[in-house]
Amino acid sequence: MFAYRKPLLLTGVALTLLAQGALAAEEQFFPLVSYRVGPYGANGQSFYGGFVDYLNYVNLKEGGINGVKLVWEECETEYNNAKGVECYERLKAKAKVSTGPLHVMSTGISYALIDKSAEDKLPLTMMGYGRTDAVDGSVFPYAFPLVTTYQMQASAIVKFLKGKGGLEGKKIVFLYHDSAYGKEPIVALQEEAKLNKFNLTLIPVAHPGNEQSAQWLQIRQENPDYVIFWGWGVMNQTALKAAQKVGFSRDKMIGSWWAGSEEDTVPAGDAAKGYMSATWNVAGTDVPLIADIKKVVYGAGKGNMQDEAKVGTILYNRGVSAAVLSVEALRGAQAKYGKGKPVNGEQVRWALENLDITDARLKEIGATDLLPPIKTSCANHEGSGMVKIQQWDGAKWTPISGWIEGNKDLIHPLFKASAQQYAKEKSIAPIDCAKES
Amino acid sequence: MRFFLEVLISGLLSGVMYSLVALGFVLIYKASGVFNFAQGAMVYLAALSVVGVMEKGAPLWLAVIVAFIVMTLFGIATEKFVLRKLVNQPPIALFMATIGLAFFIEGLAPMVFGSDPRALDIGIVDEPIEAILNRWGMVISKFDLAAAAIAAVLVTSLALFFQYTRIGRALRAVADDHQAALSIGIPLQHIWAIVWGVAGFVALVAGMLWGARNGVQFALTFTALKALPVLIIGGFTSVPGAIVGGLIIGASEKLAEIYLPPLMQSAFGGNFGGIEGWFPYVLALGFLLVRPEGLFGEKHIDRV
Repeated sequence: MFAYRKPLLLTGVALTLLAQGALAAEEQFFPLVSYRVGPYGANGQSFYGGFVDYLNYVNLKEGGINGVKLVWEECETEYNNAKGVECYERLKAKAKVSTGPLHVMSTGISYALIDKSAEDKLPLTMMGYGRTDAVDGSVFPYAFPLVTTYQMQASAIVKFLKGKGGLEGKKIVFLYHDSAYGKEPIVALQEEAKLNKFNLTLIPVAHPGNEQSAQWLQIRQENPDYVIFWGWGVMNQTALKAAQKVGFSRDKMIGSWWAGSEEDTVPAGDAAKGYMSATWNVAGTDVPLIADIKKVVYGAGKGNMQDEAKVGTILYNRGVSAAVLSVEALRGAQAKYGKGKPVNGEQVRWALENLDITDARLKEIGATDLLPPIKTSCANHEGSGMVKIQQWDGAKWTPISGWIEGNKDLIHPLFKASAQQYAKEKSIAPIDCAKES
Repeated sequence: MRFFLEVLISGLLSGVMYSLVALGFVLIYKASGVFNFAQGAMVYLAALSVVGVMEKGAPLWLAVIVAFIVMTLFGIATEKFVLRKLVNQPPIALFMATIGLAFFIEGLAPMVFGSDPRALDIGIVDEPIEAILNRWGMVISKFDLAAAAIAAVLVTSLALFFQYTRIGRALRAVADDHQAALSIGIPLQHIWAIVWGVAGFVALVAGMLWGARNGVQFALTFTALKALPVLIIGGFTSVPGAIVGGLIIGASEKLAEIYLPPLMQSAFGGNFGGIEGWFPYVLALGFLLVRPEGLFGEKHIDRV
C-alpha cells in the first residue's frame, strides 16, 4: 500500500504545478504595495484608483497585453515603512513568477526596498519620489526614478521663474519639509543659485507642518520675490493659509508636485487661489484616455474609485500615467522575450531601461500631454526630466506652461557622483552601460 | 523689536490653539487619572462629524449640534463599553484602553465620513487685522484672536464648573480615589460619562478651530503631539495650567525657531531650523527636572 503513496503524491504535486503554470501562462501579476487608509490615505486612493482603473481598462479594451490578462493583489501599508516591507515580502513569491513594476508611492518605503528589490530582481519604480541618484542605472539596475526627479523638478521651476523676467539679484526662499524628501533639492537649488546669481534662503518646517507661523513671519521679514515650496500632506494647506495670513501673494509661490493636487488646495479654500505648482501629469477628464476610461471601465461598473467625481484629478491621472508606463514596459518586454507570454522581473527591467514613449505613441494611447515623452537607457533611468507648471484658479488646476526640462548638464553629474559614492560604500561593481542593450 | 514682538504674539496665539487640545486631556485626567491617548483622534472625529454633516446639506449651526450629540454619545459609549469594566484597575490599564480607542476612532471616522481633506468655513477669515498692520506694521490674525477669545471663555467656564458645581467637586473626588468616591455615593459611571461628554465638546471646539485653520483631515490627530509638553509644563490636573502651558510652549517654540538657528549655524555650521518639532519637549524635560508636577499641578505627597 505504501508503495503507491509516493507516485500518487508526486502526481498530485505535478498536477498542482501544471495548474499554476497554466494560470501563469495567461496572467501578468502586479504586486500593489499601496495605501488607501491612514494619514495619506486620500492621496493613495486617487493614485492607486487610477492605476487599477488603467489595468482594468487594458483588460476590458484589449483583453490584456497580447492576450495576457493583467491581475494584481493589493497590500495596505498605511504609508508605514515597516508595513511596506512586510507587504513586499508577502507579494514577492507571486511577483517572482511574473511581475509588473512595483509602485510604492513613498520615499521611505522605496529606500527600505531598494536593496531587497535588486537582490530579488524585481524592478522598483519611483515616479517623482524615492532615491533620485538611482537615475544612474549602472549602480541601481533595478531602481527607476522614472519621468523626473526632485532635483530636475527644482531646476525646471528655476527655469520657469527665470523666464518671468530673469533671476539675477532676486531673492528666493526655499520652504521645505524637514525630511529627506524636502532636503533632496537643496544641492540642486544651491547650484542653480550660483549659476543664475539669485539669493537662496533655506527655511525648514518640522513634521507634520501644521504650525508655520514663525516661518511665514520670517518670510515676510525676508520679503522674497518667490517662495519655492516643498510640502507634503497638512503642511501644504497650512502654508497656503499662513501665506494668506502674512499677505504673501500666492502667485509668487510655486510648489513641488507633491504640493500640487486638489487634496492640497481644496481644503485651503480661497487662500489657494493663484498658487502654482510643478507637475509631471496634467489634470482633467478631457484627456482622451481618461475620457475613455470613464466610458469603458466605469461604463462596465468596474471603476475602482468610490467617488467617481475624482476621476481626472491630478493624483488619479498620475496613477493612470504610472500604469501607462508600466503597461508600455510590459509590451516592450513581451516584444523582446515573446508575445503573449507573461514576463519576469529581469525582463521587465530590460524593458524599463529601453522605454521609448514618443509623442506619437502617447497619441495612439490617447495620452497626449497627459505626461511627457520618455526615453530611458542604462545611464538614464529618469528618461524625461520634464514638468509643466500649473496654477490653481480656485476650482481646478490649469497648465500655464509647456513641458519644461531641468538643467540636465547641471543636475545629472550630481546624481552620478552620488551613485558612485553609494557604490563605493556598498562595494557595488557598477555595470558597464556601454555593454547593455 | 517690532519683529520680536510680532513673533512673540504670534507664538502666544498659536499656544492658545495647543491649549485647546490640552484642555481635553486635563478633563479626562482630572476625572480618571488617565492620560487619554485618544484625545487627538477625538478632535479629528469631532471636526469630521461637522464637515460630514455639512456635506449632507446641513447649515453650520446644525452640523455643530449633530457633532456635539455624536461626541456626547461617543463619551457615553466609551464609559459603558470601555471604562466601566476597568474601575479600580491600575491607571496603565485605562491608558492602554485609550490607545485602543484612538486606533478605533482613526479607523472608524474616515470610514463613515470619508478621508479626503476638506475645508471648514466657520466664518472667521485668517487674515491680518488691518488697523494693527497699518499702525504698527505687525501681522496679528483675526482668526487667532477669535480662537484666543473662544479659549478664554471655555477655560473660565470649565474652571468655574470644576470649582463651584457639585458635579465639578464630584469629578475631583473621583480623580483622587475611585473606590473612596464610590463609597460615599458618588455615581462614578455618570461622572465619567459627563466628563467624556465635556471632553468631547472641548474636542469639538478644538477640531473646528484647527480644521478651519488647516483643513479637516487625518493630520488633526497630530494636534495631540504638542499637548504633552503643554501638560507637563502646566500640570495634568489644572485647567488654567493648560492655558499657561500652551502660552509658554507657543511663545518659546516660535522664538526658538527664529532666533536659535542663526546661533547654531554660527556655532556648528550647516543649516538648522525646523526645531519647533523638538524644542517643546526639551523645554518640558527641563521643567520635569525642577517642577515635576508642572506649574499648577497638585503636589503628590505620600506618607511614609
